[in-house]
Amino acid sequence: MRTPLGSSLVADLDVAGRVRAAFTAAPGEVMAIIGPNGAGKSSLLHAVAGLVDVTGHARLGDTDLLATPVRERRVGLVFQGQLLFPHLSAVDNVAFGLRARGESKAAAGAVAREWLERFRIGDLAERRPRELSGGQAQRVAIARALATDPDVLLLDEPFTGLDVSVQMALRIELGQHLRDFPGIALLVTHDAIDALTLADRVLVLDEGQVAQVGPPAEVAAEPRTAHVARLVGLNLVADGDDLMAFTPDAVVVSRTEPEGSTRLRWHGPIATLAPHGDAVRLLVHASPDLLADVTPAAATELGLVPGAEVWLSTKATAVSRYGARAGAGGTGR
Amino acid sequence: MRARTTRDRLGRPPALLMVPAALATLLLLVPLVAMVAATNWQALPGHLTSQVALEALRLSLVTSTVAIVLCLLLGLPLAWLLARVDFRGRGALRALVTVPLVLPPVVAGVALRSAFGRTGVIGAPLLEWTGFAFPFTAYGVVLAHVFVSMPFVVIAIEGALRSADPRFDEAAATLGATRWTTFRRVTVPLALPGVIAGTVLGWARSLGEFGATITFNGNYPGRTQTMPTLIYVARQSDADAALSLSLVMLVVSIGVLVALRDHWLGTP
Repeated sequence: MRTPLGSSLVADLDVAGRVRAAFTAAPGEVMAIIGPNGAGKSSLLHAVAGLVDVTGHARLGDTDLLATPVRERRVGLVFQGQLLFPHLSAVDNVAFGLRARGESKAAAGAVAREWLERFRIGDLAERRPRELSGGQAQRVAIARALATDPDVLLLDEPFTGLDVSVQMALRIELGQHLRDFPGIALLVTHDAIDALTLADRVLVLDEGQVAQVGPPAEVAAEPRTAHVARLVGLNLVADGDDLMAFTPDAVVVSRTEPEGSTRLRWHGPIATLAPHGDAVRLLVHASPDLLADVTPAAATELGLVPGAEVWLSTKATAVSRYGARAGAGGTGR
Repeated sequence: MRARTTRDRLGRPPALLMVPAALATLLLLVPLVAMVAATNWQALPGHLTSQVALEALRLSLVTSTVAIVLCLLLGLPLAWLLARVDFRGRGALRALVTVPLVLPPVVAGVALRSAFGRTGVIGAPLLEWTGFAFPFTAYGVVLAHVFVSMPFVVIAIEGALRSADPRFDEAAATLGATRWTTFRRVTVPLALPGVIAGTVLGWARSLGEFGATITFNGNYPGRTQTMPTLIYVARQSDADAALSLSLVMLVVSIGVLVALRDHWLGTP
């Protein structure tokens, strides 16, 4: 039975030793789950799908999700690495869920072909997974999950392992499908651009805990974790109960201690230099690690090489200052 | 100049290892070659088409095939249980399944007697209620074959099921498949090469079964006399006939190896 439209996912899940997270998601909403490796992103998805031992509670509308067997959950999971059945053709992979739910072979095949057409790979219907490119296989995997008409779609790093150009095309395509998708979508990713372009809300996990929840723009502007700051290319410095975020191009680099009374200065050796647009981006092992953009001319003039000790400073007006804990987008825990 | 192989770079293989290795090879090979050399080729067609040989060959093929079908019907579920279901005593059950594998076949025959003999734990009531008894019948031969072949089938198939990624089962479950559907449409098809290999292996084991069969069923031409038991008696009366019949078994064995070569001989 399809849960009535408008049923939200309300979850407070604890996967022992991996992740503890409380969150809600509304139908039609796309929530990105980001965080560093080992933060518990995949564990959280697998908990919603029912593939790992979990305590807590999860309700999808009137359904107690944790009391429901995996196969009755109406949750579509797109696995990392796709996990297409290697012995079945693309169309049989997509039809698998419908057939498992009792559709006739013909009816399931027809629906599966429609889904392949929607992903513009209808001509590849008879191919086995090993005869598909990474991007094609990923489209089949997403179509397979969507074909069962799930209430919740779970996507586990859907772009990992694909060529950058393929990632871009698939990201745009997936965005269209997610807009048409009436249910809840949870998207695990380690790429800021996925969170910024595809998601309505972002849930940031750090060391198995929810570090931040909010709209992508807000999370990108006022990150609460070093990981997200790094993803969006911001410097993040803790200052008492406050966090300070500033862009690398607002950082001034000098070889001698800057004059003046500004507290906003740091000292350390250059770890790496890399071209970044028209500028040269430095990673400096200050405390904490900071990024700074300088012009190529300045880099030469100052003799900036890896290992060189530099001073970094920035103006108070260039810094966005906000509370480390308070703020919108809380989960009500 | 000759391309240098890894073997060369690491030094010449020592004689201390090469000589025993050569001896082992000879030990395995010489008896088989001697058997082929000793075969009386003129008499061979006569030996193989004799009434008693044809009956034994037919009985061997029929009982082995029926036995392996039973092994598959019962052993595949058991292998799945061992490979995919977490339960208390799984290790103990697996050990139990392996016992007949290392048990002397003659002991297996004695054990079968105790259970299914005319006075056995199951055999006695069975005889009383139905008038049917396993020993000294083709059914008894099948029973003995199933007993000795089942461990081969179960262990081989369990290995194949284990090496198939269990996450495919998870994927099937998230798509709404019951465990039975998953077993039928995902687990077994993915492990099919291993399942077939295990089946062929079990069939070959069954075809060569001697000890348990003769202990449980005796050696009656046309009823319980299979190829191995016929060879055993022929050896005492007509050595040439025994050689001819043995040659047939050798050919079948090599046939099994060839059929499974990708499975076992695939490694260089």
